[in-house]
Amino acid sequence: MPANAFTPSVYRVARRRRELAGVVTLELAPLSGAPPAFAPGQFNMLYAFGVGEVAVSMSGAASDTDTFVHTVREVGAVSRALGQLRPGATLGVRGPFGTAWPVAAAAGTDVLIVAGGLGLAPLRPAIRAILAERARYGRVTILFGCRNPGEMLYRSELAQWRRRFDVDVEVTVDHAEPGWRGHVGVVPALIAQAEFDPRETTALVCGPEIMMRFVLSALRERGVADEHIYLSMERNMKCAIGLCGHCQFGPAFICKDGPVMRYDAIAGIFTVREV
Amino acid sequence: MEGLEHILQEHPFFAGFTAEHLRLVAGCARNRRFDAEQYVFREGEPADEFFVIRHGRVALEIAEPGRAPVVFATLGQGEILGASWVVPPYRWMFDARAVALTRVIGIDAACLRGKCEADHDFGYEMMKRFLPVVTRRLHATRLQILDVYGKR
Ligand SMILES: Cc1cc2nc3c(=O)[nH]c(=O)nc-3n(C[C@H](O)[C@H](O)[C@H](O)COP(=O)(O)OP(=O)(O)OC[C@H]3O[C@@H](n4cnc5c(N)ncnc54)[C@H](O)[C@@H]3O)c2cc1C
Ligand code: FES
Repeated sequence: MPANAFTPSVYRVARRRRELAGVVTLELAPLSGAPPAFAPGQFNMLYAFGVGEVAVSMSGAASDTDTFVHTVREVGAVSRALGQLRPGATLGVRGPFGTAWPVAAAAGTDVLIVAGGLGLAPLRPAIRAILAERARYGRVTILFGCRNPGEMLYRSELAQWRRRFDVDVEVTVDHAEPGWRGHVGVVPALIAQAEFDPRETTALVCGPEIMMRFVLSALRERGVADEHIYLSMERNMKCAIGLCGHCQFGPAFICKDGPVMRYDAIAGIFTVREV
Repeated sequence: MEGLEHILQEHPFFAGFTAEHLRLVAGCARNRRFDAEQYVFREGEPADEFFVIRHGRVALEIAEPGRAPVVFATLGQGEILGASWVVPPYRWMFDARAVALTRVIGIDAACLRGKCEADHDFGYEMMKRFLPVVTRRLHATRLQILDVYGKR
């Protein structure tokens, strides 16, 4: 737990980039010193002064030690206020919090990354870490699903990954536009055809919870064991340090036992309603 | 014929099929190839074939007058194409267009239905493989309709 767990540090927006309608990526630099280190999968609490605080995952490379990178979708009061911040504006940052993707433990196995929509954001630091040490892994496959071709997050970076000969990248859209030559359909449907060894695969999954449920059943159908599947979960956060109970998920707290959770640890409660 | 049996056996849809059942399917089968932009079938035409995709990609689309056709799914290597051969009146409900060079095995529907009828063990085996594919697609379609990405 960081020393300043309850007190936000002041950061300024160093760069802002519009990714999609209602989605921006902010690069945040501390007013003094360097940001603390983080591991792929972790999140910060971002505080829009006077509005409120929300959990947002890091979406930049963990090797970038100058700034925190966050990709924010504007859904409500706080995320909208964050999305409107211009370069030079200040905000509060608490973190990093939470568990990380098993990037080191996955070495030696095939890695299957399944992302839906903005779920690609928390996975991007893991993808960058894995590609930076590509030789340590077996086959690496990235399956990404989004609503339509215009809502493809990190489009140019996806294209760069796709150009590599040592990564399989498949993108599918729910709704095609004329001229789209790629896959049409939901992302779980790509799992059946993906090339990986189910007995030696680490699967990293992030997206809307309903999509993750379908992904889980497709992974199980291929024979991937629950203990090799990792999900990133979302619940409303308040304290982010396991005190307030806002993020309770069965016996666990998403803020400290998650957001990245091994599926065998939560299988019993994952499909229970209202958990 | 032996070649076709071998290709069928390698296809995920027929994984674990007995040699005898594979022979029955192969007896109704032929190799087919579709160039990019060529239609495999069109809505309303008789569904007299069932397709096992070897490689390539096929877009399933619904045409609407005055608008570009809507692609609602794509199918590729390892998948099967077409359910209308099982269900009367045996007519295609949508268009299927190859978006890349696509090689398939086409299985004559009347021939296959006849063999399913004559040998119920074989027919049951076919349906046991067929129904899960159709059900999976139904579930996937539901997920697609829910429009789960983004703001809700
Ligand atoms: C561990 C963790 C990591 C997260 N990482 C990110 C991230 O990288 N990028 C990001 O943009 N968000 C992320 N979120 C989600 C983010 O915290 C919420 O979107 C935010 O709390 C919404 O707060 P708000 O005040 O803007 O909206 P609220 O006023 O709380 O909500 C407004 C409306 O939006 C809906 N809503 C809330 N959250 C979401 C959501 N996630 N998706 C769709 N609809 C939603 C609500 O149901 C409500 O209808 C993460 C959440 C967690 C727990
Ligand atoms: S947010 Fe307070 S316990 Fe998790």
